[in-house]
Amino acid sequence: MSTTVKIPATHLETGSRQVGRPLERIDAKGKAVGSTRYAGDYVMPDMLHAKVLRSTVASANLRRLDVTKARALPGVVCVLTGADVPKHMVSTDIPGQTGSWGQNTGQPILVHDRVRYFGEPLALIASESRDIAERAMTLIEPEYEPLPGVFDPIEALKPEAPLVQGVGNVVASQMVRKGDVKHGFETADVIVERVYRTQFIEHAFLEPEVGLSWIDENDVINIHVSTQVIEHFRVVADAVGLPYNRVRIRGALVGGGFGGKEDVTVEIYLALLALATRRPVRLEYTREDSFVGHGKRHPFVMTYRTGVKNDGTITALEAKFIADAGAYVFLSPSVMVYAATAAPGPYKIDNLIADAKAVATNNMYTSAFRGFGAAQACVAYEQQMDEVAKAIGMDPVKFRRKNYMRAGDRTATGVVVPSAIWTEQCVDQAWTALGEPVEVSGPIKIGRGVAACLQGYGRLTSLHDTSEGWVGVERDGTVTVRSGVTDIGAGQVSALAQIAAEVLGVTLQDVAVYNSDSAVTPLAGTTTATRALYMTGNAIRQAAEAVRRRLAQRAAKAFNVPPDDIDMAFSKVFVADDPAQSMAFRDLVRICAAEGIHCSELAMFCAPFTEKLNPETGQGQVHPDFSYGAHAIELTVDTETGEITVIKSVGAHDVGRAINPAAVEGQIEGGAVQGQGYALSEEMIYKEGRLMTPSLSEYLIPTAMDVPQVKCIILESGSGLGPFGAKGIGEAALTPVAAAIANAVADAIGVRIAELPITPEKVVNALREKE
Amino acid sequence: MKRQTVRFTINGEARELAVYPNDLLLNVLRDQESLTGTKYGCGIGECGACTVQVDGAPTLSCLKLAVSVDGCKVVTIEGLAKGNQLDPVQEAFLDNSAVQCGFCTPGMVMMGRALLDEKPRPTEQEVRDHMRGSLCRCTGYASIVRAIMVAGEKAELS
Repeated sequence: MSTTVKIPATHLETGSRQVGRPLERIDAKGKAVGSTRYAGDYVMPDMLHAKVLRSTVASANLRRLDVTKARALPGVVCVLTGADVPKHMVSTDIPGQTGSWGQNTGQPILVHDRVRYFGEPLALIASESRDIAERAMTLIEPEYEPLPGVFDPIEALKPEAPLVQGVGNVVASQMVRKGDVKHGFETADVIVERVYRTQFIEHAFLEPEVGLSWIDENDVINIHVSTQVIEHFRVVADAVGLPYNRVRIRGALVGGGFGGKEDVTVEIYLALLALATRRPVRLEYTREDSFVGHGKRHPFVMTYRTGVKNDGTITALEAKFIADAGAYVFLSPSVMVYAATAAPGPYKIDNLIADAKAVATNNMYTSAFRGFGAAQACVAYEQQMDEVAKAIGMDPVKFRRKNYMRAGDRTATGVVVPSAIWTEQCVDQAWTALGEPVEVSGPIKIGRGVAACLQGYGRLTSLHDTSEGWVGVERDGTVTVRSGVTDIGAGQVSALAQIAAEVLGVTLQDVAVYNSDSAVTPLAGTTTATRALYMTGNAIRQAAEAVRRRLAQRAAKAFNVPPDDIDMAFSKVFVADDPAQSMAFRDLVRICAAEGIHCSELAMFCAPFTEKLNPETGQGQVHPDFSYGAHAIELTVDTETGEITVIKSVGAHDVGRAINPAAVEGQIEGGAVQGQGYALSEEMIYKEGRLMTPSLSEYLIPTAMDVPQVKCIILESGSGLGPFGAKGIGEAALTPVAAAIANAVADAIGVRIAELPITPEKVVNALREKE
Repeated sequence: MKRQTVRFTINGEARELAVYPNDLLLNVLRDQESLTGTKYGCGIGECGACTVQVDGAPTLSCLKLAVSVDGCKVVTIEGLAKGNQLDPVQEAFLDNSAVQCGFCTPGMVMMGRALLDEKPRPTEQEVRDHMRGSLCRCTGYASIVRAIMVAGEKAELS
């Protein structure tokens, strides 16, 4: 074990501390003045413009795809179809994460003969201008032979259902077994059962998918792209048949991801077209391309059955999840692991059965979305907690308090959580922060709801996740950080700078970060799964500490004290107990450089490595650790129109340590609003597989008018596995929100609408039925 | 189609450009003028990421034909700061952590500037109402609304 640098008390007193302060992010100014270059802002001489032609049917044989007219159109340089890329499959595997259930996870890059969903890519076009590419699209006439499709996962489970992939429609399943559920239900005084449903959700990042590819002087395919995962360079290389070291992916600051840029987007198309034309190619999705072209959040049907004693003790839980996987597997298997293992939420339930199944349909495929299955589970378990409390006549907060998992308890999969479990603090503080209720009268009813959650941070431990980072110090006292990590808007890069600055006693302005280039920055892994700060933050901290140790050793020699007595702050190196003995940080670096002392370090951080869960019982470690949090809502419902207005929205989360509290607040505020959209307004509607909501005026994300000021309560247990005791907040910020809103609506109108989104129409109908 | 000549100013500089009658202002700014701060988010006026000012009025450049700005003054996000001196709205966005992924930020800043030009001290409700056509998926709007109000307050104090 390497020793870690503690933040000396003097840093707190003198204000030299970098970690824990709401510093202006290093990426903020360029974005505010419009000088930041996103992936779509790059152009090259002689560049072509690309388009993807997609199917307009959901289930069919592609009998003919005549592209001769398109190829003949002046200005069209290249048209590729499935016939041109016959063997290439999109392997959407992040190795180990998909494919282990014996299913065909591969999707043809372009349809060969069978169309399985609306929007499946048929052809790629590269031309001299955007307009020409668009015209060429209209000249391609696909001939389809319609086939029966299946568009509902429950229908797809029936034996007579059409097969989507030809091997059975269950594409992934995960079970969890703990204790004796039969006995648990026998000892219950009351049993509550309910089916909860969630919908397809679109990420709706503001920046549609975009990228630019070219082949360089070394025959390397370069792809400058908006992505959460630059390490898809391997996937691209496999798809086009090149060695891994001949594909280079350069990220850029990403205009939002939320899981929607976790799978490959435009990279393979760009590589194929650059190879075919030997010219630079730019591909930018329209908003409609984006809505049609990437996977969605899984809709879930969740059947919960809970046994409880009259004193509020939960005796058993049976949870069944059926998720719509759509036409291809993508990350469904992992989403099922998250969902099944989160089935009891942050509660101690000793007798438990959870079964999660992802079922293939001819709908759009589903994959990663902030919360990743655990968010859907929370919609069910937290509504169920309210319903169980109501059934035994207990206050919902008091009922939760009786059942929280606490330090030393085991999770659903039998693991003792390594960090603090502050669910109770989060719920109590969020609930209390609602304060006095607003006054209402007439048809306007007020309601309040709360929901707690647990959310793993770090990828599944069975994936053996690692992250590398490099830190070096320069002779003018500045610091350089190199990391492959992508910054998708949450301040991932700026947090690394803060960590390096903290360890080396400089300020944020002294640190430059070079990131997101698969060829030249150390591979840091994905920006997904609330892992960037935890994994890459630790790697950068380790690297910075190694550099600091070597510098401190040299300084100790100069001052004739033990290395442990050396401190660094304000770009000075000094004896901690006698700060008069000091030298400039840059002078120390110069001395070290002159003497051949190594002034940089490449570090690798490894998450816990475990086996996969026991397939029979689901027991074993799933995540490195969990974040715990809660959200509380006060809202009004107009019982005449069904209109819901969220009045107060409070998120309380134990983030372990807030590296940048302003960035943490940004995550909580943004999660609250995304969660509100999930609960009330957002739904990707598919009719026989066809998308009916392909624009931002049909798919309604919240606007500034729809949401209140969100109150953020940041708790810091200091117990996380991330740098300086940090946990993660990216996903946890969203996870409890929708359930809190659903609970508040039920509180307001006295009837539960167990199907998201809770639209005015559903409210009015539910009130009619109640009468 | 034949190109037409349009004359207008961009960020104070006189420009004479040959554009097609169906060229959108957004594409002319980005492709011909390399002013990439103005963003494409939807192309049909639903997200506000492409907002610029035309003769002082906030305008969706994805819905505006370039030929229609002949004789106008166009200001983009790149034209708000005076050298190193940021516009107070930009300053306030930085001070209030109103920037996350940043893709909506140029449009948000332009909308905020336009509101403060009309109404130097808007209420929270007025800010929210004014910004309703500009979508953000990261921040939850709280910090953006705060920033615009703070920019108004500061301008009044100074």
